Amino acid sequence: MLGEIGLNSVGELFEDIPASIRSKAELPLPEIMSELDARRHVEERLAKNLSTRDILSFLGAGVWPHHVPAAIDAIITRGEFLTSYTPYQPEISQGILQALFEYQSLICELTKMDYANSSLYDWSTAAGEAARMAVRVTGRYELLYPEYIHPERLATLRTFCEPIGIKLVGVAQETKTGSIDVSDLETKLSSRAAGFYMEYPSFLGVVEGKIDEIESSVHRSGGLLVVGVEPISLGVLRPPGDFGADIVVGEGQPLGSHMNFGGPLLGLFACRGDALLRQMPGRIIGKTKTQDGKQDAYCMALQTREQHIRREKATSNICTNEALLALAASMYLSLLGPKGIVDLCSIILDRTKYAMDSLRKLPGVAAPKFDAFHFMEFTIDFDKTGKQVSEINDDLLKAGIQGGLDLSKPFPELGQTALYCFTEVHTHRDIDMLADKLRTVLEA
Amino acid sequence: MELSEPGKIGCRPALPEQPMLSLIPEKLRRRQALELPEVSEVEVVRHYTRLSQQNFGVDLGIYPLGSCTMKYNPKICDALAASHKIQELHPYQDERTVQGILQILYEASDFLAKIVGMDKITLQPAAGAHGEYTGVMLMRAYHNDNGSSSRDEVIVPDSAHGTNPASAAMAGYKVVEVPSNANGCVDKEAVKSAVGERTVGLMITNPNTLGIFEREILEIAGIVHDAGGLLYYDGANLNAIMGKAKPRDMGFDIVHINLHKTFATPHGGGGPGAGPVGVTKRLADYLPVPTVEFDGSTYHLDYNRPKSMGRVRCFTGSAAVVLRAYVYILLHGKGGLKTASEVAVLNANYMANKLRKIKGYSLPFAERFPRKHEFVLSASLLARETGVSALQVGKRLLDFGVHPPTVYFPLIVEEAMMVEPTETVSRNELDTMIQAFERISQEAYAKSDQPATSPHATTVTRIDEARANRPKTMQLTWRTTEE
Repeated sequence: MLGEIGLNSVGELFEDIPASIRSKAELPLPEIMSELDARRHVEERLAKNLSTRDILSFLGAGVWPHHVPAAIDAIITRGEFLTSYTPYQPEISQGILQALFEYQSLICELTKMDYANSSLYDWSTAAGEAARMAVRVTGRYELLYPEYIHPERLATLRTFCEPIGIKLVGVAQETKTGSIDVSDLETKLSSRAAGFYMEYPSFLGVVEGKIDEIESSVHRSGGLLVVGVEPISLGVLRPPGDFGADIVVGEGQPLGSHMNFGGPLLGLFACRGDALLRQMPGRIIGKTKTQDGKQDAYCMALQTREQHIRREKATSNICTNEALLALAASMYLSLLGPKGIVDLCSIILDRTKYAMDSLRKLPGVAAPKFDAFHFMEFTIDFDKTGKQVSEINDDLLKAGIQGGLDLSKPFPELGQTALYCFTEVHTHRDIDMLADKLRTVLEA
Repeated sequence: MELSEPGKIGCRPALPEQPMLSLIPEKLRRRQALELPEVSEVEVVRHYTRLSQQNFGVDLGIYPLGSCTMKYNPKICDALAASHKIQELHPYQDERTVQGILQILYEASDFLAKIVGMDKITLQPAAGAHGEYTGVMLMRAYHNDNGSSSRDEVIVPDSAHGTNPASAAMAGYKVVEVPSNANGCVDKEAVKSAVGERTVGLMITNPNTLGIFEREILEIAGIVHDAGGLLYYDGANLNAIMGKAKPRDMGFDIVHINLHKTFATPHGGGGPGAGPVGVTKRLADYLPVPTVEFDGSTYHLDYNRPKSMGRVRCFTGSAAVVLRAYVYILLHGKGGLKTASEVAVLNANYMANKLRKIKGYSLPFAERFPRKHEFVLSASLLARETGVSALQVGKRLLDFGVHPPTVYFPLIVEEAMMVEPTETVSRNELDTMIQAFERISQEAYAKSDQPATSPHATTVTRIDEARANRPKTMQLTWRTTEE
């Protein structure tokens, strides 16, 4: 091959790199490994992990434990999907294009919104993009958010908002119910507010009861209502499109993707109406026909919003997204169907209630801390036990249990409070075991 | 939806129990049942298996899509990532229970840092463009901390990927475009006149999008640094230079690395990817929280970084993607990565040299320079003489089982076809591709209608993309039906 190019060595192909830059030494990396050695090397490390199958975990808070139907992993590991690139060539990408079109349709059905894109990175970046979109649409530079927001989501929001001068304004939540303080919201909603971003269910697991009041306040001020969702809950909860949301974002991981130590994740993004559609970030798939008009077909649509066409004027810089997880989500919703998702929600509601009933019997424990309707997650207040969440979690771990997320650091005003998550992966016996061990820990 | 029959269900994560919906306050209940498909598991599996059969991937054939590095992804990487010891890990587990994954993330960061010559890495960004935004925000944090917050211009070459100017604009900066010179490289003089006290930094890829190494990079770096700006390396083209040259040695301060390109993590029809960012010491304090650290005995996440730019997403990063890249690096070792780059560059030059001699095609800019891992062929002569455009060449390639190159990019080449064969194609496959290009040229000059009417051998014929964008015929979900 070198002969064909008229060269004697491969080195000559790199002679255009100035000598002062060219690497002299070898890369300081390990020696080459056989596949078997690499497998052993990696498995040795993985063996040091205790997964949520090895221990009993009650963590949620943005990534939630669910059963992933085996059919999903079987399909998404097919090389035809797994090793394909962004579908720039629709004639040989009809498979992923149709799957993503179906995903958009299913997300619209779940949220009752008009349009969905085919994915963003995760909930937090979707919230960041939603904030910027609300600003583009309204020309206003303040975004309101609930104070008990996921701290990492707020940090990401700041990264997306701060450089272009979007001011983030916290709205109080009622100390008794965890619900949005509507009078505080109304005080802060002004002609400067691009909108209000709320979470549904909230970071603390509370399902906001005053959605209609919030919606009318936000829209009266001329701002947009942006709603962040955990999607499984929408199987039984009133969908945001039903109560007037303009933009819906959320985390799609529960829809058929594993937790994977927090990534990759799936950013949901949907909106209402054509004006917002034109401002939407990310890739959108459309249904069309072949040029001869004979066959239905799919291709990318509205690409003039995107960076590869519009460069610095694009609605976002996103290129690579989370298509494979979107495929998993559309499979998940198809596999469960309307009945399966309601059954699943029923089980989650049961586990949440069973856990509250069992745990609140423990001395000094308030479960939940907030007097409200919760879905899948709730806060446990250990203040009156005289113990710190960190100590309790340490002791639980010795008994093979990973306790809930310690909220005393991000939200010291909540006291010694932890966020616990209960899904279909937890049996009544698991919850009994938690109650039992907690009792031992608290009595020690 | 067409397959739906009432009552069918594909999978029960758990068996139905007592309905608990009465627990939901009346006004929070979903009133209408969800209109989801009601299908059995086998119907779902057949539907998606059929869809997969209408999709082209690296596992099926040659994929020389320029700038995308569509190399083969070793299956062992996926096999190891399927362990419950990674899949079922929660990011907030006690650190004592996740030492294995933290070790892998730490070691992967260390490998990546060494490959690009940087001092510290963040694994948080989920994709290349996300890494770019992280990088621009790092520049911003640096300037804000060093009393130069009035800087507001990011310099980008005219041959840059669209994500570069888009990322700079997202950070609120003005984009200043500099032209390429006759050699297809960034015009040093143009950079000199573009820099000043408003310069935040320069974003550039090297080799550039023409596949040409920017040999004046050190001088360019000097110009930008002298003006107080920083240098950002877009790692999309890193596959050309592993073990051959390090961005650090070229004067770069910040680098993003596309794990889904250079390090063979599969691209999944558009994602997931991962875009770790590496920086030199003077920028290390500004990296996002948390970073993965090792104290000699245990691994931990460091959240106590007071100068940090903050976060670009939740949690630590796309661990399952990083794991695959980690395995890929182990399989190659220090020598193997260099060989991968050498073969990638050899393949590109072999192909470029053959293709430029075929009637109708040319290799604009510095025809005698070697290319790196990719090259940009122009079909402008072919288009002028026969009416067959780069787009049509690309569509006709589909009939020969070859994924088309990236077309009409970079914007500085007329009728551009950006070809990146990668190191995982054999000489036979390269020759097959070359023959396909040659045949299309022959067809074009013989006035055959084959290129214009292609593709013919695909599941659907040429698609009407305009129809998908016209308000009257646009259909973006099942609900928005056509008129």
